[in-house]
Amino acid sequence: MSDYTVAELENIANKLRLHVIEMTYAANSGHPGGSMSAADMMSALYFSFLKHDPKNPQWEDRDRFVLSKGHVAPVLYAALAESGYFPVEDLISLRKIGSKLQGHPVRGKVPGVEMSTGSLGQGLSMACGIAMAGKMDGKNYKTVCMLGDGEMQEGQNWEAAMFARQNGLNNLIAIVDRNRLQITGDTEAAVGLEPLPEKWKACGWNVIIIDGHNMRQILEALERASRSSNVRPSVIIMKTIKGKGVSFMENNAGFHGRACTAEEYPKAVAELKELIQ
Amino acid sequence: MTGKKLAQRNYYGKALAELAKENPNVVVMDADLAGSTKTSDFQKVCPERFIEVGIAEQNMIGIASGLAASGKTVFASTFGVFATGRCWEQIRLGVAYPKLNVKIVATHCGISVGEDGASHQALEDIAVMRALPNMTVIAPADAYEAFAATKAIAEFNGPVYMRMGRAEFPTILEEGVKFEIGKAKVLREGKDVTIVGCGQMVCSCLEAAEKLKENGIDAEVINMSTIKPLDSEAIITSVRKTGCCVTAEEHSIIGGLGSAVAECLSENVCVPLERVGTRDTFGESGKPDDLMVKYGLTADDICAAVRKSISRKG
Repeated sequence: MSDYTVAELENIANKLRLHVIEMTYAANSGHPGGSMSAADMMSALYFSFLKHDPKNPQWEDRDRFVLSKGHVAPVLYAALAESGYFPVEDLISLRKIGSKLQGHPVRGKVPGVEMSTGSLGQGLSMACGIAMAGKMDGKNYKTVCMLGDGEMQEGQNWEAAMFARQNGLNNLIAIVDRNRLQITGDTEAAVGLEPLPEKWKACGWNVIIIDGHNMRQILEALERASRSSNVRPSVIIMKTIKGKGVSFMENNAGFHGRACTAEEYPKAVAELKELIQ
Repeated sequence: MTGKKLAQRNYYGKALAELAKENPNVVVMDADLAGSTKTSDFQKVCPERFIEVGIAEQNMIGIASGLAASGKTVFASTFGVFATGRCWEQIRLGVAYPKLNVKIVATHCGISVGEDGASHQALEDIAVMRALPNMTVIAPADAYEAFAATKAIAEFNGPVYMRMGRAEFPTILEEGVKFEIGKAKVLREGKDVTIVGCGQMVCSCLEAAEKLKENGIDAEVINMSTIKPLDSEAIITSVRKTGCCVTAEEHSIIGGLGSAVAECLSENVCVPLERVGTRDTFGESGKPDDLMVKYGLTADDICAAVRKSISRKG
């Protein structure tokens, strides 16, 4: 927990976005769109909500974060670096041969990365295991798992959702980054997810719906989810904009999995620098 | 030569029940088959560290991964087809890649599953598990070795796949036998042929060796209960003496023990090799013994392979 103000957390979110643009541009690949939709939540998690210690990544009472939508590794790495897990200068090595910053997160390679992810639909199960171990060991840590919305098409998520409720994992918080775009475009045109809140409710979860770019709502939702007074796990469905922060990237599925071109790059950087205090 | 007929899974259950007392880190998971895999023996004595995931193998492996990342020694069990096929990629990403301490222990492997038919007869599980980096693959030869191997893998820190059969079959080792991961055992010395077996086929290898003796063929029999990492030294030493080799497994000859031995021989010492196993085919329903005959998995099939292998010696 920290004393950052809402304005400071918003500012950090935009710094994370700038890192994402720089890292993916340097790598000439990667997934900026979903990294930017998740940036406000990542700022809230790493600079306000999660109990963690960058100097002691293995602290046994730390809160755990699992990035199920592993392709947005850039924003996770940016948050970890800005938190002090490793030097910010390392970020530029993303996706380069020999780098610890693999295209998708790898447990054991990067301090602060809890689980290996990248193949979609698996993070929530892993988070269930971590939360279950916490219950068994009488620990008070929280386990937070961020999922993509397109990822909800993977059936394993629903196996995990049923399991979490069955086992009373109220120490587990899922976050769905509802930016409505997957690689091929609109999630509802691929295999529709709506009514998404009802699906989670039917699985027995507390459902909190917020604007994922409103820092006050994000902080309040995390607090509510962590104070769950019943045995239910909680899910925060955050409505977001893919590519948030750069005008020509917003709501553009094309930026799901490609970096800015040499022409686009200075414009994106300029727009984000404008936002950063 | 052989002892009483025992099911490996019963001894897996016994070992787990002991581990419940011996090792507070052990957590056991099952996917609605605890009564069949015998993880129920653990559940009875240690319900607080037993996790039922329902019919959801992919989720089971993901949860196992999270538990292991939190310091648990996890045993996750179901039938071989489901334990390795249904959740192969979950094992790849969540267990093998991060080298987590998860033991995937499958029962009901091989064609001797019998009446349930091909959907339930794992004949490819060794192949798909062996292909994963960081994965250790074990197929104990009888119930006693299954017990010892269960204890051994609980002490070993890392991913393991262990396969067992469904049926009762004769024990060939002594109760209380020690198990060392990666160490083959010569069960019978001979000079004419090396027969390398795993799982319940080791019993058939010994039976074959007896039959061959009557015909003046002196066979060496090796129990290769760890298929990966393969004890190459044991194979090389033996075939340098015998000059030819036969493998026997209740599994496809594609990717299993036979393939592992072929890889070892082709890179080290050039001797004839014949492989006994299923030959690029699915199984079917039937009585276990009848299926073993129909699919060429008996001591007589091993004898025929031995004669062929010997006849090909330079």
